[in-house]
Amino acid sequence: MAEDHGHSPLHQFEIAKIIDVRIGGADVSFTNSSVVMTIAVIAIIAFLTLGMRRRALVPGRWQSLAELSYEFVGNMIRDNVGKEGLKYFPLIFTLFMFVLFGNLLGLVPYSFTYTSHIAVTAALALFVITVVTGIGIAMHGLHFFSFFVPKGVPAVMLPLMVPIEIISYLSRPVSLAIRLFANMMAGHTMMKVFAGFVITLGAATFGVGAIAPLAMNVALTGFELLVAFLQAYVFTVLTCLYLNDAIHLH
Amino acid sequence: MPQLNPDFFLTQIVWLTISFTVLYLILWRVALPRVAEVLETRQDKIDDDLEKAARLKAEAEAALATYEKTLSDARSEAQSALRQAVAELTNEAAKRNAELTERLNREIKAGEDRIAAAKKQAVSSIASIAADAATRATERLVGRAPDAKAVETAVAASLKSEEK
Repeated sequence: MAEDHGHSPLHQFEIAKIIDVRIGGADVSFTNSSVVMTIAVIAIIAFLTLGMRRRALVPGRWQSLAELSYEFVGNMIRDNVGKEGLKYFPLIFTLFMFVLFGNLLGLVPYSFTYTSHIAVTAALALFVITVVTGIGIAMHGLHFFSFFVPKGVPAVMLPLMVPIEIISYLSRPVSLAIRLFANMMAGHTMMKVFAGFVITLGAATFGVGAIAPLAMNVALTGFELLVAFLQAYVFTVLTCLYLNDAIHLH
Repeated sequence: MPQLNPDFFLTQIVWLTISFTVLYLILWRVALPRVAEVLETRQDKIDDDLEKAARLKAEAEAALATYEKTLSDARSEAQSALRQAVAELTNEAAKRNAELTERLNREIKAGEDRIAAAKKQAVSSIASIAADAATRATERLVGRAPDAKAVETAVAASLKSEEK
């Protein structure tokens, strides 16, 4: 079974224990997924602090990148939430960078993509929706639940509309989690499938057949780079929109 | 799909929580304030420079205005001085002209008086000269002197008819 997985495009999603850790019988081992998460954390901190270490008035390339990421997220919040949203800037920035670096590090060969795991994306999505709902309730109290009562709808329609609104609200974390997970998984699977073609077709045709799937994989790598960035952006922008709903209600 | 293996759900979520929390705290407390500080410093510097530029521009404009005012003042001053000088000179010329005219008139008058006096004197002496001449001429012609009284009246009558 393990050998069989070695050639499967899904093998890259396997989790391997590196250090076995058990707390009260629960398995919280340090795995390849945890390694990449740790690398992402270190890389993000290094990207920002080392990039900004000169604190130059006229930034160099690296500092420009660090500042660009800062202003990118800042503008995203200003555009989608408004000035009130800037209070949550560190959280949204962390979210963006964590997802972005998870996606990008996953593109490194032999690495692991933690954003291609539903457990991770679902946990992030649930966290987002919990925090956002918490902010909404903290700001508006019980009035927050008026969010589920659409304005300008006749009272007769409300028994129908309110459940729809609630279901649509609850489906937000689901779509948030599945969108990221599915995109990352599909892209990485496709790359591995074509990589498999390079080997099998190349072996069968003395290398000639490898050209087309290899070219495809080159294109896919570029495309995946775009998807990595785009999905991090989408995840963050949706978080901003949900935050906007929580702060401004309708 | 390995992703759906529930054996690893807990460890993934635990390590996600740990790494996300650590990242959040470090970014929030350390990394992001540094970026913000640099961006703020730059914005301050830019604002400061713009303000300085605006101030210098205002100063330059004020200097230009002062210069133009000085220039126009000088010009108007020069013009008024010129006008005053012209007026003074015209006045002076008129005065001198009047003086000269008066002097000339006076001299002309004196001359005319002198001429009139000379003429009067000449005219008054004409009668005696004419009488004398007539007496002498008559004496030569006749051999004796005529009566002085008769000569005088004849000369006077003759002068009178001559004057007509």
